Amino acid sequence: MATVALPILFPFLLILVFVVIKSSRAAQIVGVLGSASLLAISLFLFIQVNEQGILTLNVGGWEAPMGITLVVDHLSVIMLIVTSFIVFAISIYAIGFMVGNHKTNKFYIFFFALIMGVNGAFTTGDVFNLYVWFEVILISSFVLIVIGDSKEQLEGGIKYMALNLIGSLLFLAGLGLLYGETGTLNMAHLAQILRTSEHSLLINSSTTLFFIAFGIKAAVFPLFFWLPASYHTPNITVTALFAGLLTKVGVYALMRFFTLFFIQDQVFWLNVLLVVAGFTMVVGGMAASAHYDIRRILSYHIISQIGYMIMGLAIFTPLAIAGAIFFMIHNMVAKTNTFLIAGMINKLKGTFYLKDIGGLIKQSPLLAVLFIIPAFALAGVPPLSGFFAKFILFKAGAESEHYAIVAVAVFTAMLTLYSMVKIWNEAFLKESPTKEFSAKGVLLKIPNKLSFIHFLPSIILGLGTVFLGLFAQSVYQFIAEAANQLIDPEIYINTVLNINMQ
Amino acid sequence: MEILLALLVGVLYTTGIYMVLRRSILKFIIGIIFIGNATNLIVFLASGIVAGEPAFVDGSVQNASQMADPLPQAFVLTSVVISFGLVVFALALKLKFFEITGTDDLDQLKKTDN
Amino acid sequence: MNSVILQLATPYVRSLLIFFAFVALLRGHNNPGGGFIGGLLAALAIVFSSFAFDRRPVQRKLKIKPGGYVAMGLVFLLLSFSPSLLKSQMLMEGVWVTIPMGILGELNVGSPLLFDIGVFMAVIGVTLMFFFTLTNRK
Repeated sequence: MATVALPILFPFLLILVFVVIKSSRAAQIVGVLGSASLLAISLFLFIQVNEQGILTLNVGGWEAPMGITLVVDHLSVIMLIVTSFIVFAISIYAIGFMVGNHKTNKFYIFFFALIMGVNGAFTTGDVFNLYVWFEVILISSFVLIVIGDSKEQLEGGIKYMALNLIGSLLFLAGLGLLYGETGTLNMAHLAQILRTSEHSLLINSSTTLFFIAFGIKAAVFPLFFWLPASYHTPNITVTALFAGLLTKVGVYALMRFFTLFFIQDQVFWLNVLLVVAGFTMVVGGMAASAHYDIRRILSYHIISQIGYMIMGLAIFTPLAIAGAIFFMIHNMVAKTNTFLIAGMINKLKGTFYLKDIGGLIKQSPLLAVLFIIPAFALAGVPPLSGFFAKFILFKAGAESEHYAIVAVAVFTAMLTLYSMVKIWNEAFLKESPTKEFSAKGVLLKIPNKLSFIHFLPSIILGLGTVFLGLFAQSVYQFIAEAANQLIDPEIYINTVLNINMQ
Repeated sequence: MEILLALLVGVLYTTGIYMVLRRSILKFIIGIIFIGNATNLIVFLASGIVAGEPAFVDGSVQNASQMADPLPQAFVLTSVVISFGLVVFALALKLKFFEITGTDDLDQLKKTDN
Repeated sequence: MNSVILQLATPYVRSLLIFFAFVALLRGHNNPGGGFIGGLLAALAIVFSSFAFDRRPVQRKLKIKPGGYVAMGLVFLLLSFSPSLLKSQMLMEGVWVTIPMGILGELNVGSPLLFDIGVFMAVIGVTLMFFFTLTNRK
């Protein structure tokens, strides 16, 4: 079953191709074709998972729990599909927006290295292997964030690096304690051991370390400060990629760990997660409404949306987990799309600063339509994807009598609506300001024209959002299956450890 | 031995955190190196240290429970390599930043905050 | 740095380092040694000569640029996956062949050697890249 390793091996192959390619036109074409094939691979895996259940691969022929096991279950395959879908859109976007001194084949090498890391993190069934993939993601994102070498980028890069380095060291320390206590790092084996016997306080220390490490990656409330300090500095293509993938890998890891084996003192940890979720939502939402740079509004907005996913995890019923997963895929698609549109606005107006922008609805009606789709989806307007995601979460919260967090979530939804309406009013409806210089004293560039290639990725992602909304029922059924597997991981454990249930 | 090493881990963490909180970027990186080494020692310590019984070297293992566990060694080796790469990247970033701005002071990094 | 002793000693030390790099590489996998250590030793040989002489001529004289080493290393890593796939074993499972060598006995080679060579090259490339980047200052 070597197909399980394809989402990792294929980007690796592409990296080698990009080392050889010299012409940038060829690199762009290979980038689009490569990510399209990646999408095909994920869809193929999806079909296989649907037919055969959880797929596993014991790398090197070492049986689990001895070797590294790659596991593709329902949650993994959902994440793989959404990832490659976003990557496909961004690889098209890069043609139109990685220009000037950002135009370099180095971008594609690290782009696919990042994808390899993300796919690896989604498919691995081993904690140490997850650490390695996190480092792959980290190193490639370091390089991506400073492509272009501007002063701001270097500064953002240093801030991004500082907190994430500490995060991965905490991850390693937690991993060491976990290994010391249980003698294994295979996730299924860990689940089996930690479910059957009482364990000492050391597990709690390990849980704390993992919680902080993944919290930094996922940008939850007290640990998110690296995100707004760095996300607005790189090229908008890179920001869109990061916004779609990076924090979600952290959420995915939290979901995996806290459903599969960190079930000691579960009441306490779920309460911690609940409080963190509430603060993440509100703080992110409020900070978003205070800013006027589109990228900053959207960056804070990522944080506020992470809160919803953590909320689903913290409520911990099958419905809530399903809601969190639905929210995650909805958010990955819509959030990336809003960043793509921010890039287009910048291309038209030469700035991201809302006060210097206006009149876009006359200048480019298509852009307005494209913005409406993800913005309404994020605000939760039916029949788009965000409505169903929020509805499932609210319903799960009300059913399990977590009224406080539901109230916070509703309040945050209004903040979201406010910041989306702000962008809409300022950028699209308002008359275009007639000044020659921006409020920050920067000469506004001569406006560019947008061609079809610039719009195409946003159209693709917009269709994805509409699809998620219209076919919410069938998507939900698959996600509910994934959530059931997470809540009751017996099948996962038995499949990975190859235990016959008869 | 384990108590001594545990104390060493504590000292390394203290030093590392002190250095990380300094204002200079270079000292921050040095702090990260300290914390990284302390973390590697934790991985070793938590899984139990066995002296003088290397795993699998001569192929004549009598009692597998008495020899050193090879897995933590592999973990530490991997993480040492990874942190080698990360530290070099951090240093390169610091040098580039210094060339462009001429400052090594973390307090000057305020441009991206508002 | 301009030290006569260092400059005279460098050729010998360099050959010694490269020799031991290969020893470590071939001995590795089941014994102490392996691609990573070998690669570091080999890179050290080049770093050593750029300490003794100047960095620039050494960098210019390199037949393969550091990036090339990394790329070749990655190719070898990819190649090391293929024997296991061809024999339809698990991915990355070791495939071993024994070649009889007449009076010399027999030689036992396996696909992990390809993996080690890949690591060896990648480590040389990466280390040199690090070294040249960090020393390349005005």
